[in-house]
Amino acid sequence: MTAPTWKNPLVKWVDTRLPIFTFMHHDLIDYPTPKNLNYMWNFGSLLGIILVIMIATGIFLSFNYTAHVDLAFDSVERIMRDVNHGWLIRYLHMNGASMFFLVVYIHIFRGLYYGSYKAPRELLWIIGVAILLVMMATAFVGYVLPWGQMSFWGATVITNLFSVIPFVGDKIVIWLWGGFAVDNPTLNRFFSLHYLLPFIIFGLVFIHIWALHTAKSNNPLGIDIKGDQDTIPFHPYYTIKDCFGFGVFLIIYLGITLFTPNLLGHPDNYIRANPLVTPAEIVPEWYFLPFYAILRAVPDNFIDIFGVLPVIIDAKTSGVILMFASILILCLLPWLDRSKVRSARFRPIYRQLFWIFLADCLVLGWVGAKPAEGTMLIIGRVATFWYFFHLLILVPFVSKWEKTRDLPESINSAVLSKRAEMQVPAE
Amino acid sequence: MTGSTNDQKVETENGDGTETRRDFLLISTVSVGAVGAAMAAWPFIDLMNPSADVLALASTEIDLSSIEEGQSITTIWRGKPVFIRKRTSAEIDAASDVKMVDLKDPEEDATRVQKPEWLVMIGICTHLGCIPLGQKAGQVKGEYNGWFCPCHGSHYDTAGRIRKGPAPKNLEIPPYKFIDNSLIRIG
Repeated sequence: MTAPTWKNPLVKWVDTRLPIFTFMHHDLIDYPTPKNLNYMWNFGSLLGIILVIMIATGIFLSFNYTAHVDLAFDSVERIMRDVNHGWLIRYLHMNGASMFFLVVYIHIFRGLYYGSYKAPRELLWIIGVAILLVMMATAFVGYVLPWGQMSFWGATVITNLFSVIPFVGDKIVIWLWGGFAVDNPTLNRFFSLHYLLPFIIFGLVFIHIWALHTAKSNNPLGIDIKGDQDTIPFHPYYTIKDCFGFGVFLIIYLGITLFTPNLLGHPDNYIRANPLVTPAEIVPEWYFLPFYAILRAVPDNFIDIFGVLPVIIDAKTSGVILMFASILILCLLPWLDRSKVRSARFRPIYRQLFWIFLADCLVLGWVGAKPAEGTMLIIGRVATFWYFFHLLILVPFVSKWEKTRDLPESINSAVLSKRAEMQVPAE
Repeated sequence: MTGSTNDQKVETENGDGTETRRDFLLISTVSVGAVGAAMAAWPFIDLMNPSADVLALASTEIDLSSIEEGQSITTIWRGKPVFIRKRTSAEIDAASDVKMVDLKDPEEDATRVQKPEWLVMIGICTHLGCIPLGQKAGQVKGEYNGWFCPCHGSHYDTAGRIRKGPAPKNLEIPPYKFIDNSLIRIG
């Protein structure tokens, strides 16, 4: 962990005035990383790479995009047909968004399984939740830009969510729109925001990594780093592992982009936006489906059942509150989960609850894609209930009463004993 | 400015905890600064509100003479669809016979129309802003024979009142005036 000495005179000159090379050496090369990280730890750096891919493809798309209600749809079609390699850049951007969410969800569930949100990484986790929220906002405004039917109606439904704010809700919606409906002023500002927000994410990622490198990486055992014998330098050990993971990712990402680019999109978004005709079924992009299911889960007569604040909260309002709460509640997780043991490997009951929770989120996603009626509505309600029941009741309760397994003495001893087992096959 | 540090020390620490000139300056500077920042923020916030040209499109005139009884038309006012329906007497009766206790957002039919046969309202579902079906012949009209929103299943009756589903309010009535028997101005 000693500061490197620079041989190149120019590097040395710069580094004494602005220690950027020392900083990079410290955080990208020397960074002491637990020696037992598994492939679940690939997704953080992968997300960084995807962010760069999205910003790069996005900037090139913006060279040919026109943010005007009369021209936007055609300008996107022009990118697809006339602009050199425009189809490739757009499909990379479009599917890149899906990959971004796929990877971020894996990254989040990794954190849930291995207790990466626990002390001293609470703030690191909360910054992560903030990144997720800004990502969602960015993806939402970005989806509006092609000005297809789903763009327009998605924008209408989501901006209308803000009308539930007491007293000033309607004014806020008009303010968001810059008019009395989703229209040209809305499209203009959404384009501007879509260009701005990724750079906000970039800034948040920077402090996310800062917090990570202060608390150091968690690991599959969830125990603290006790000394140098527990760690290896980030480079070359994890740079090479991340490169391999990136290669696997590229196979999937480019496979979808090149062979089935519209797999994850909705065909209605290739119909020009029409403010007078609502599509038969408004479906958000797949990565918003679980939250959409929660939004629609609240029964009409919810208040009759619970009798809470009947004047202010109707079904619409409570649906909106639940949807936002489902994400914000994650910020409280470090305090809801009181178990000192981080990794689910040593928490037999929490481990099972984790898999049920993951299944529950997948069910919510499935329900979100279906019309909200009949059995689907019931399943959606049960799954929504379970989502909050898990986080607010089961996690605190289990964390207090669960009998955890014995933790290994150190990362190093666990790694060595595992190696010994592998070298001496059991008779 | 020699000895200024000592002077300041004397002035700030009165010893008895009373406010000093420095506290006054600090508080007034921060307050004026905060007010100034808020005032400077307003033009930016207000810039996002509807602009003059958007507001200028705020009224529209519609000729009703070609609409037959039982027919509806959809027109646009301030970028929003407006439903105009010439109601049949059966529809008017159905709307005015409803008991107020059966309504989620109680409103007499008579207060929602200026002339009973003409129902004028904004064709935007009060749930999340979709356009309800029921304007054209053959479209689903919902369980109350009025309008039906396909997005999340809200049913509206022949006066455009919410009867079933997640929408909290009746379809909104825009401000409008009959200029003569067959011409109205909305806005």
